[in-house]
Amino acid sequence: MAERSFEVSRLPGFATVAIAVFVLLYLPILTLVVFSFNSGPSIAVWQGWSLHWYTDAWNNEAVKGATIRSLIIATAASAVATSVATMAALGTTRRAAFGGQTFIYVVINQPLMVPEIVTAVALLILFGVVKQATGYQGLGYLILAHAAFCTPFAYLPIRARLEGMDLSLETAACDLYANPWQTFRHVTLPLLAPGIAAGAMLAFVISLDDVVITEFVKSGGQDTLPTYMLGQMRRAITPEVNAISTALLGLTVVLLTLFFILTRKKN
Amino acid sequence: MKTTLSALAILAATTSLAQAEGVLNLYNWGNYTGPDLLAKFEAETGIKVTVTDYDSNDTALAKIEAGGHGFDLVVPSANYVPIFIEKGLTVELDLSKLSNHGNIAPEWMDVDWDTGRKYSIPWQWGSTGVAVNTSVYGGDINTSAIFLEVPDELKGKINVVPEMNDIVNLAIMYVGGEPCSEDTEVLKKARDVLLAAKPDWISMDYGATEKLSNNDWAASVNWNGSSMRARVNNGSVAYGYPKEGYPVFMDSAMLLHDARNVEEAYKFLDFIMVPENAAMISAFARYANGIAGSEEFMPEDMKSAPEVVTPEEHKAAGVFLPTCSPTAQQYMTAIWTELMK
Amino acid sequence: MSPAEQSQRSRSTRNGWLLSAPALTLLFLAASGPLLIVLVYSFLTPGQYGNVVWDFSLDGWIGILFTRDIFDGTMNLADAHLTIFWRSVKLSLMTTALTFALGFPTAWFIATRPPAQRAMWLFLITIPFWTNLLIRTFAINEVIRNEGLMNTVLTGLGLISEPIRLINTDTAVFIGMAYVYLPLMVLPLFAAIDRFDMKLLEAGYDLYASRMQVLRHVIVPIVKPGIVAGSILVFVPSLGAYVTPRVLGGGKNMMIGNFIELQFGQGRNWPLGAALSMALLLIVMAALLVYVRASTKGSNPHG
Repeated sequence: MAERSFEVSRLPGFATVAIAVFVLLYLPILTLVVFSFNSGPSIAVWQGWSLHWYTDAWNNEAVKGATIRSLIIATAASAVATSVATMAALGTTRRAAFGGQTFIYVVINQPLMVPEIVTAVALLILFGVVKQATGYQGLGYLILAHAAFCTPFAYLPIRARLEGMDLSLETAACDLYANPWQTFRHVTLPLLAPGIAAGAMLAFVISLDDVVITEFVKSGGQDTLPTYMLGQMRRAITPEVNAISTALLGLTVVLLTLFFILTRKKN
Repeated sequence: MKTTLSALAILAATTSLAQAEGVLNLYNWGNYTGPDLLAKFEAETGIKVTVTDYDSNDTALAKIEAGGHGFDLVVPSANYVPIFIEKGLTVELDLSKLSNHGNIAPEWMDVDWDTGRKYSIPWQWGSTGVAVNTSVYGGDINTSAIFLEVPDELKGKINVVPEMNDIVNLAIMYVGGEPCSEDTEVLKKARDVLLAAKPDWISMDYGATEKLSNNDWAASVNWNGSSMRARVNNGSVAYGYPKEGYPVFMDSAMLLHDARNVEEAYKFLDFIMVPENAAMISAFARYANGIAGSEEFMPEDMKSAPEVVTPEEHKAAGVFLPTCSPTAQQYMTAIWTELMK
Repeated sequence: MSPAEQSQRSRSTRNGWLLSAPALTLLFLAASGPLLIVLVYSFLTPGQYGNVVWDFSLDGWIGILFTRDIFDGTMNLADAHLTIFWRSVKLSLMTTALTFALGFPTAWFIATRPPAQRAMWLFLITIPFWTNLLIRTFAINEVIRNEGLMNTVLTGLGLISEPIRLINTDTAVFIGMAYVYLPLMVLPLFAAIDRFDMKLLEAGYDLYASRMQVLRHVIVPIVKPGIVAGSILVFVPSLGAYVTPRVLGGGKNMMIGNFIELQFGQGRNWPLGAALSMALLLIVMAALLVYVRASTKGSNPHG
């Protein structure tokens, strides 16, 4: 059965395109990794092998702080964004159309529709007032802002998954006297999981990449990796940034490999 | 859930840190503050400096105006210093707390934008000129004609940095006007010369250090410090000072009116006026500073660098961009929009 | 409609609102709500050094379409603004098309892997995006520039004698944008394809449909929500993109995002910037609604 469906699902040329896409995706990453080992101060002129950008980055408090801060914000913001987006997707699909549904759809996707600088200026003004009134200047503002603009990125894949998802299993569960929460937990959620995973991943990388909004919302001592790099762009970018990126990539790969080995054992 | 909790814990930690004694929040251009300078300051005073970056004067101004930022010191360019003062965002310094104030070099003491240096302490200064690969073009490089009437050898190989104020004013000076001109005849000429030259440019981008080094570009309108880095990588790169007039910039540290760590800020301002420390600033970002006697502590390669030590014959053409009037700014934006459409 | 049906319907509506409430609150706090400030600013007068002065003015809105010629003072249609706007739209459309052309086979490929492998392939798509956009764009530049990896390898293999000149061309921007936005297309597509029942394909082939027919009449309608989501996620953000066009295209021409940023920065005309963003918001919103209505019509069997 599995064999057979695998057969019919083959569309000519698709696998070739996909493999080509993966190769092309990693080609620039390869140059990025190579130049992180450059002994010279350039990300374009090769001057021999060295590890000193790694030690430099490790000893640079500003870089380390910014990297950790980026990861904290991205984790927290994508967690918040994915949770609210999942609920909203459940609320706006697979039920009789209701007045306001379009409104909700537009509001959730609104952050996509204006250039970041606009949201950034708006948040600068609003948060400026709030920061002065409350005296609180912590990372909360950045997490809140990131969670907001990451929400549509989480919402759309989850919604795409939900739309037209078969209701019959859930109806069956209800017929078997499962309560709505049990139905959700044991039937809907597992069916929805790939959508949630896709949404969460998008939200995470979008947050990790944000420059403009962060630049305007951050308070003293809250540089993230992208805003730190923005400052470097006008003068000279050194392979230090490549070293950080490579280290992050390496860490991701190690963690993922561990994760897959562990889950495989469980199976 | 766990991530939220740990995030909250770190939140709490960062807030308490910012309010503790012996800290200073510096808001400065990115990649402009060397870690060794801060380490030395911390070793001497016990004050921990947190640096936060910005990449444009306008961003810094908007953020500080919005309030609630938590910064103590900001380092705007000369033409923004009067704006910060006029808006009441920075305060007059108590010079009695700055024992090294006398170290400011005489030519940087009575500057137009802050006579007697009552508000701003020199950080670094430099110029915007043209960097040219002399193996590609052997002619005179001390002219804006390099990018405004591009020589054949450089056609399609020259980059122009996307900095509106620098570029439009270079063009205005090239056609014989004053920076921030409101004279429509002059502006018209400046616009025409820019529009005519644009097809010869390869790009309008940053990153000249890299692309001059690896020969992607044969020339670029560029800052002196970056040109020096490019020359170190690629010996044929030379820096030209346009004789028709070129912009000089100086970034200076100012104390914010809502600074919370005022004493620490004074200590830091005094610290950067010590020649040895000023030289550390220069050694990191590769620009000159405004402190007398810092030269002897500079790295060897900077003492003689023609990009850093402006040759005598080119000094006169250097112009500090004034704070343009709103009308002049409007003209420049219109020209820029026309150019970049 | 019976009373029972009616009450069930209103309960469903109430649940819909309740489930959406947290998302709406979050967005009102940190996105749409603050945007009202921008709306107000669009009706004010520019301040001398940026920011605004609290005097009512329509100049911001008028300035979208008309500019006063700085030399003779006449009001003209702002063709510069229209050129910039059209360029952004064109580039976004092309980027969306290319990401779809590459993203659909990729998403299909991932969705047809054995279940245990799918997560790994998904991660493989996203891992490159853990590196910052800027450094990623510089890395692309490193690959495609005249003396870069691509040309060195191709020349070395003897496939080409002259380097392919890509950098600072529209093609380079186009490739770069597709690279940058690819996961935004692949992930929603995957989410939609993954729930596709492959038995439908068998049915299609049993009815002697050709592969192309199956693709058009069986696959596309069912994965449509994913196509819609992916297109929105690529098209709209690329309207405001500027890092990639600048680094790879040379940045000689502004995109709408740069233009608005100019007004909030060195241009010191916040009301014009605010009005431009509001206009953009309205246009995109309208286009989005038309697109979503048209593409979901009749394809929602459980609606």
